[in-house]
Amino acid sequence: TDPIKYFTFSMIISISGIWGILLNRRNIPIMSMPIESMLLAVNSNFLVFSVSSDDMMGQSFASLVPTVAAAESAIGLAIFVITFRVRGTIAVESINSIQG
Amino acid sequence: MILSVLSSPALVSGLMVVRAKNPVHSVLFPIPVFRNTSGLLLLLGLDFFAMIFPVVYIGAIAVSFLFVVMMFNIQIAEIHEEVLRYLPVSGIIGLIFWWEMFFILDNESIPLLPTQRNTTSLRYTVYAEKVRSWTNLETLGNLLYTYYSVWFLVPSLILLVAMIGAIVLTMHRTTKVKRQDVFRRNAIDFRRTIMRRTTDPLTIY
Repeated sequence: TDPIKYFTFSMIISISGIWGILLNRRNIPIMSMPIESMLLAVNSNFLVFSVSSDDMMGQSFASLVPTVAAAESAIGLAIFVITFRVRGTIAVESINSIQG
Repeated sequence: MILSVLSSPALVSGLMVVRAKNPVHSVLFPIPVFRNTSGLLLLLGLDFFAMIFPVVYIGAIAVSFLFVVMMFNIQIAEIHEEVLRYLPVSGIIGLIFWWEMFFILDNESIPLLPTQRNTTSLRYTVYAEKVRSWTNLETLGNLLYTYYSVWFLVPSLILLVAMIGAIVLTMHRTTKVKRQDVFRRNAIDFRRTIMRRTTDPLTIY
């Protein structure tokens, strides 16, 4: 029953990450923290299934996911910094100032 | 038992990210998630990933989020929060994701309820492991550096693009910093700028 426990654990974290994005409308950086936890949960899911099915493809993919996560968090924060510099506020309603 | 000890702070902190009032708290709450998930990976025997995950997730991502939250004056729980306004639609979308999970569950390998099954696994010892066993890093390197080396080189390009993108986006051309124009500096002919004195300046007439 061990893969089931790991799987439900990572599923709960990833679904609560999805819910965190949807419910959290306060600030832009707080809205992107559950994205990172969701990426971590999916990554841990890859690793759990790679161990339980004795396949190395899961691990070689799971070593590339943190690079994507770090890259998109860096660029997301850079965009947030510029939006704050231009706009002066970080309310989520003003996110369509970067439209177009 | 160790699994539940490791996973319960992760689950609680994963839910508390949304509900924290202080924005610094909501950046600090994913840190137990990352730490306990890497502990879970240690339980699985993946020592390399259990060491890499704190370095990448906590050391890079959470720290940069903390920089942003601290440097920009994010107010504590702005008054127009109103979670209940978004709860119907986002609750329905979350429930749809939750419902999609049940397509995967309830198989033979992943049952819905973890009951005690009759499959008692045979305890056998792999004696070849006791002589020389591959570490997690060696098994990864056996694939990533030899056969699938393209999968290793493409994320380096991704990181390069991310680095260039972050620098280009936030570069602020200030007028207070003295800069030199490189092409103008290279175009100066030294034979015209430096004169040679034929008289000795130290002799006093």
